[in-house]
Amino acid sequence: MDKKRKRVLIISGAVIGIINGLFGGGGGMIAVPLMVKFLGYENKTAHATAIAVILPVSIFTSLIYLFSGAFSWSVGLWSTAGVVGGGILGAILLKKLNSKAVGKIFAFVMMLSGIKLLFW
Amino acid sequence: MKFVYLIIGVLGGVLGGLGMGGGTILIPLLSFTKVSQHTAQAINLISFIPMAIVSLVIHVKNGLVEKKGIFAIIVPALVFAVLGAIVSIFIKGKILKKCFGGFLVLLSVYSLLSFKSEKSVKSLEKSNKNP
Repeated sequence: MDKKRKRVLIISGAVIGIINGLFGGGGGMIAVPLMVKFLGYENKTAHATAIAVILPVSIFTSLIYLFSGAFSWSVGLWSTAGVVGGGILGAILLKKLNSKAVGKIFAFVMMLSGIKLLFW
Repeated sequence: MKFVYLIIGVLGGVLGGLGMGGGTILIPLLSFTKVSQHTAQAINLISFIPMAIVSLVIHVKNGLVEKKGIFAIIVPALVFAVLGAIVSIFIKGKILKKCFGGFLVLLSVYSLLSFKSEKSVKSLEKSNKNP
């Protein structure tokens, strides 16, 4: 593997990692465009590989958040149960929906969420 | 009240299941409740894990994961993630919240712009075919 590619891989990893660590999320969201644009991965590959990267990252980051006492079991247990259930629903929905439409809706949701967090 | 957290989780999970997520709605929704930013971040991280394991197993089975060079991504990601997590402990939740919000806005603008440029490339191709 040439040096340039290795550098791109390492920098991508660093960016994904620091976003995930600082914000407790978002690493996966930046991983996909990074992989598509700078590593030339196809969309599906980028999504799948992003999960492969974010999973160990999330596990390690979670441990630190856990030790720092940030996690709340009374809230977290319910949210996690919801996320698992919702995730199954989402995966089923994905097959039935137009992926471009989904992408656009998601971009709008992201924008609204960002504005909410910034100003409210 | 606990029911609210379940619903918020479901909404976040649906987006995650659609192949997107990273706390895009989980964290903002939790910010409406009495949960602190740090706790919301922790919850987002931890709740992602079970679903990610299942998704990953499926993706690996389908051969969608690019294994070449993956360690060159994962190792620095782990190092910087640990650094980022430790630093975030010392940053005020309010600041983390706004920074994450800004990050989401930037990412969404980039996303929408790339949809637009895709459209104009396609219409260019169309007009080239029908002079």
